[in-house]
Amino acid sequence: MLNRRHFSAASGLALCGTALSTTVTPAFAQFRVEIAGVGATQVPIAIAKFRDEDKTTQALSAIIRADLERAGVFRGIDNSVSIDETAQPVMAEWRGRSADALVAGSVTRLSDGRFDVRFKLWDIVKGQELGGQSNAVQPADLRLAAHRIADYVYEKLTGDKGVFSTRIAYVTRTGTRYALRIADADGEGGQVALNSPEPIISPAWAPNGQELAYVSFEKQKAIVYVQSVATGERRMIANFRGSNSAPAWSPDSQSLALTLSRDGISQLYLMGRNGGEPKRITTSQAIDTEPVFTPDGRTLYFVSDRGGGPQVYRTALGGGAVERVTFSGSYNISPSLSPDGRNLAYISRQGNAFRLYLMDLTNPGATPLALSDTNDDESPSFAPNGRLIIYASRAQGRDVLMTTTLDGKIKAKLVSTAADVREPMWGPYGR
Amino acid sequence: MKATRLTLLAALTSAVLAGCASGVKLDDKQAPVENRSTGTGSSNSGANNAGTSQSQVASVDLTKNAVAPASSVIYFDYDSYVVKDEFRPTVEAQAKNLSANKSKKIAIEGHTDERGGREYNLALGQKRAEAVVKSLELLGVPQTQVEAVSFGKERPAVQGSDEAAWAKNRRAEFNTK
Repeated sequence: MLNRRHFSAASGLALCGTALSTTVTPAFAQFRVEIAGVGATQVPIAIAKFRDEDKTTQALSAIIRADLERAGVFRGIDNSVSIDETAQPVMAEWRGRSADALVAGSVTRLSDGRFDVRFKLWDIVKGQELGGQSNAVQPADLRLAAHRIADYVYEKLTGDKGVFSTRIAYVTRTGTRYALRIADADGEGGQVALNSPEPIISPAWAPNGQELAYVSFEKQKAIVYVQSVATGERRMIANFRGSNSAPAWSPDSQSLALTLSRDGISQLYLMGRNGGEPKRITTSQAIDTEPVFTPDGRTLYFVSDRGGGPQVYRTALGGGAVERVTFSGSYNISPSLSPDGRNLAYISRQGNAFRLYLMDLTNPGATPLALSDTNDDESPSFAPNGRLIIYASRAQGRDVLMTTTLDGKIKAKLVSTAADVREPMWGPYGR
Repeated sequence: MKATRLTLLAALTSAVLAGCASGVKLDDKQAPVENRSTGTGSSNSGANNAGTSQSQVASVDLTKNAVAPASSVIYFDYDSYVVKDEFRPTVEAQAKNLSANKSKKIAIEGHTDERGGREYNLALGQKRAEAVVKSLELLGVPQTQVEAVSFGKERPAVQGSDEAAWAKNRRAEFNTK
């Protein structure tokens, strides 16, 4: 494993070196991935073109490289060396190319139509092979195979779990049509889960990754549905008087917190995963909305304007005081908690700009950190390894999806060329 | 290469449009209705296939059902859900209409301008709708005839990112259910 001090230093050091900007355009791209920013220490890694990847529909080496670069701790080294997983790389040669690590592999078509994807990973610094795998996959799973290789490399070299095989849910709008889509974490391979002539907002992955809750306006009001990702079967969870919205799953996938206006004002309620009678959680005369569970399922963070403008608060679910969490700025919304519960991402209005901020919950006195310099940020959501945040923003007049490292230094733009994109939520591990 | 393709596309487009244009005969008084003649002619003048003269005009009588008056939108100030005095007549007219038609149900749809988060704006729009419903209830309209709902910032009436557009989007609409 490479020196782990590289990675913990990444958040603290000043900028050094020249700006890195890579444009990767994989074949049949629905999104273009643009990665920009300077990380303090990025491990240079060479990913050789996989033997015969050109004979498939997916540029495996390019997908792996983009995944690793987007994570912020790797820098891909250009190389055109022909090498596969059976090679015995000469370490001195690769050190000469300034690579600290090397990935090489091959793709072989099997007689049953599947592809045998093989790879090996070498630590050039230590001069040793770290491991490899071979997997037979359906042609439709070639992208997933590349993402799994990126996860393997990331885990071997950083000790952290990779999120490259996870998925994101988001909403697109083309003219007056809306679609709830599920794509790979790099924005590719998007599939439509729901097509609608009316808006869809607030998609929420169940922690088991099998269902999505969302708000649909198909009946001319906000109604919460839960839909099976695999089968498309959907059920209406909340259609009470007024608006029903902001669904959030409990960590055990058994209940949802949501915002209901049934009692005359938007308040938080708990409901079972199949609907039923809601149990009221907040009792203020103000707007309480956007609930989020802590990882232990015992506390809800949420947004309330009981103090005047909207701020982030939290309350223990067993009952107890409501505690205010955000104090900087007059308008703070859209909280997202990191999986370890230590960090809070949210949107703060600064002047006329709505910007993504990060607050260290373990250090309440610290100043929150602005993670972007754009003006229309929305809807932040942590990756399941807690190392990246996806959010929506606006660039050149279009809605776009962005990912950022927690220090705000490495950003990737997932730009849809066909539609406006918004409301991203990062899905859990496992498919 | 690219320029040639664009020119070709432009040429094709104009050809298609020209083709469309030539299909319209300017001296026809009325579009033919023959495709409605079969099947379950459910509504409208066009469904009467036998001997429909070319001069027939169907009449829709608005007075019969006392359909809602023309001004069925009220506007709000920024960050406010107060129903301003200038809109009292609109609210009163709606209340009168609902009292005269006890079986009529309407939805009050609250909206916000585009600034701010989606869920918070959904709740703000809901507050606007609820404020209008309260005004109606004070005028004697029962809860069973009205529902307050919200579209937040999802359904702007006017596109644009200036105060003129924002002012037209901060609104509540009266819609028949």
